[in-house]
Amino acid sequence: MIVTLDSRPARGIRGTGSLFPFVFIVFFLIVPACRKAGDTSATLTVAGSTSVQPFAEKLAETYMATHPGLAINVQGGGSTAGVRAAETGAAQIGMSSRHLKDSEKALRQVTIALDGIAIIVNAANPVKGLTRAQVAAIFAGEVPRWSAVGGADRPIHFVSREEGSGTRGAFEEMVMGKKDIAPRALVQDSNGAVREIVASDPDALGYISLGLVDRRVRAVAIDGVLATHETIVAKQYAVVRPFLFLSRAEPAGSAKAFIDFVLGPDGQRLLGLEGLIPAVQP
Amino acid sequence: MNTKRRGERAVELSLTLIAVSSVAILFIITFFIFKEGLPFILEVGPGKMLFALDWAPTKGKFGLLPMIVGSLLATGGALLIGVPLGLSCAIFLVEFSKPRVRRVLKPAIELLAGIPSVVYGFLGVVFLVPLIRTHLGGPGLSLLAGALILGVMILPTVISISIDALEAVPRSYREGSLALGATTAQTVTHVVIPAARSGIVTAVILGMGRAIGETMAVIMVTGNALDLPGSPLAPIRTLTSNIALELGYAAGNHQKALFATGVILFVMIMILNLAATATSRRRAR
Repeated sequence: MIVTLDSRPARGIRGTGSLFPFVFIVFFLIVPACRKAGDTSATLTVAGSTSVQPFAEKLAETYMATHPGLAINVQGGGSTAGVRAAETGAAQIGMSSRHLKDSEKALRQVTIALDGIAIIVNAANPVKGLTRAQVAAIFAGEVPRWSAVGGADRPIHFVSREEGSGTRGAFEEMVMGKKDIAPRALVQDSNGAVREIVASDPDALGYISLGLVDRRVRAVAIDGVLATHETIVAKQYAVVRPFLFLSRAEPAGSAKAFIDFVLGPDGQRLLGLEGLIPAVQP
Repeated sequence: MNTKRRGERAVELSLTLIAVSSVAILFIITFFIFKEGLPFILEVGPGKMLFALDWAPTKGKFGLLPMIVGSLLATGGALLIGVPLGLSCAIFLVEFSKPRVRRVLKPAIELLAGIPSVVYGFLGVVFLVPLIRTHLGGPGLSLLAGALILGVMILPTVISISIDALEAVPRSYREGSLALGATTAQTVTHVVIPAARSGIVTAVILGMGRAIGETMAVIMVTGNALDLPGSPLAPIRTLTSNIALELGYAAGNHQKALFATGVILFVMIMILNLAATATSRRRAR
């Protein structure tokens, strides 16, 4: 199969073949090196939501720089996996980007930050505000044209995220409710890609993390409230998800120290710089 | 003498090993994809994957039909654009152009093959997609955009292999045809192309392989919607895009479903390849 994809089959085989010894050598050089780096006295495993993961990695990097004896291992897997990991103790800290369900409330939870999800349109779009019900109807494919929600008589190109994405999960939970996103939806695999589409298509509608909204797109008011730092802190803006750290018991030792760092001024400032709303207001 | 032979044998053995290792890797990949994907296909039921329209793996729906249709349409569209263009280009270069022109153009075309697919995708998003959106309508991210980009991407493959095929036709064939009073154009259509047919079919098969396997550029320009396209301006999702888009977050059954997507893609490519080789053989007889 691979061979046929190459325009020159014979050369393809030889080319890849001669690479293998080299690859193996590199592999054996790298693997022991990695092991040595991870071989410290203590490890802390943080696992769960892929939405929280990049921020947790930044936090872990900063923390480890000042605490050389500790290795923090940040893993993805999704919010549900994070809850399970915390429940079973597979990870000392689980990460979730959704509220805990009633059956999960036995866990200790700490909100480390809030992430607003902005509903965005092209900067040239005249629509300034939508209700949550309108957004849900549009994404369900029930409202095909902008004219139905106070815009021009043009089709709505709604852009969603791929199945499994945490942002999509939060959007479905907080905006879609019981409705399903229509199969007609355009799908992009990152916040940035959604923003690019909306920035270039005057008829597009999408949703992205508030921290990534820039001048080329405009966040519309949802139920009359604009997504800003203030409205999120005041709990007026509705489409907000918490970033949670979860643990089975009261965190102790290195886990407690790391959580204290995250909630402390340095950790919160870092999260703020990354575009999140810090959970602890200075 | 003896030591020389022994040295030669060592070289031969190590080269054989290297050759075998690359084939072995191919088999390991195949085995792994089937091991991960096949049990899941059997568990869900092949009919419920191949002929169902709903894909919502986190809600237990694994219909792959829109992606299968998307892959076939994008590949078919790419061939529709790339093969006539590529073949005419090859005929021009071999039969009609001056050697000096060919010496410049052929390497330039082969250089096209070296452009990374993400660059094609980026050009597609920045130039082609807005062009389609403003002049033809729809969101721009569409089957048409995918087919156009893929059509251009398979050009170097189609052209360079067609050139090889046309050049392999013996000179005496052309001379015989011209001596009988045929024009160059008649010679090309009635003598050279039929004689080079098997090579041209190979060019089409390899182009098809490139088009159906392409992922990055396709993700960027086709919109990845899960609907059956109603027109060339509607967005589509291909099997390859489905895997690449959702791999990052997939766990459990979702991940298995993506491996199953890989199995189906694998089988589809096999069937297309076999069908193409079989038809070319039958015609040659």
